[in-house]
Amino acid sequence: MKQSIVAAAVGVVFALGLALGGMTDPAKVIGFLDVFGAWDPSLAFVMGGAIAVYAPVLRWARRRPAPLLDERFHLPTRSDIDARLLIGAAMFGVGWGLAGYCPGPALVGSMALGSDAVVFAGSMLLGMAGLSAWQHAARRSEGGSR
Amino acid sequence: MSEPTLLASTLGGVAIGVASAAFLLFNGRIAGISGIVGGVIDGPREERPWRTMFLFGLALGGVIAFAWLPAQFGLGGQTSTLRLVIAGLLVGVGTRVGSGCTSGHGVCGIARGSRRSLFATATFMTAAMITVFVTQHLLAGAPTP
Repeated sequence: MKQSIVAAAVGVVFALGLALGGMTDPAKVIGFLDVFGAWDPSLAFVMGGAIAVYAPVLRWARRRPAPLLDERFHLPTRSDIDARLLIGAAMFGVGWGLAGYCPGPALVGSMALGSDAVVFAGSMLLGMAGLSAWQHAARRSEGGSR
Repeated sequence: MSEPTLLASTLGGVAIGVASAAFLLFNGRIAGISGIVGGVIDGPREERPWRTMFLFGLALGGVIAFAWLPAQFGLGGQTSTLRLVIAGLLVGVGTRVGSGCTSGHGVCGIARGSRRSLFATATFMTAAMITVFVTQHLLAGAPTP
């Protein structure tokens, strides 16, 4: 219950940050990605501002045995670079460049009903659900091995 | 063409950093949007409540932000429906296959010094920049300075 309340509050602040930072405006995103054109570096400051706050808190938090509302931290531990990581990231990048939306801003932006973000976010969720269904089916047909 | 907004963008980034830091400190989790959404679809059942509440918060924040800063939002009809659908599918599938997006890899992962996130971020940034170069300059026939 407490975890859900924190999650909701974090979601609200995260959304406000995305909008204030300019991530919910695809024209701004394209301007940031257009390094060979009229480049607008603003969105690098979103990333920089976020990391500047997050990195020191992370370093401090990890010295604690556990987070405040859970028994342990749930942090990724893998460090290998595999094809899935790079192929997935490349697909994501192409989609981001085509429409100017990444997942967070797409969901936040679709609250502006009638905007392009609605169609984009719907397709994104369909892609995630489709991949999940396909992976489940593939796993089943392989008899549990993957 | 967009005008640089360094102060607002930095403040937006700080808000994202504060939210992500609180999520780590309280819930011990990465504030990666694609991972949180994906987990609602195929994650453990017991994690669905907080994942759903995160998305509810994100949507509520979107409503507040749209009322407060409508100019920060894209409009309808700027991009063709076909292009939006293809892009959305690529982002949906790509972020799940590649285990993260701009938030999980680009902010949380980079701040953690994760090798995987560093490679993923370099890859999606490069792919996005190439895509924009192709669509804005090569295909649009616009002059490149």
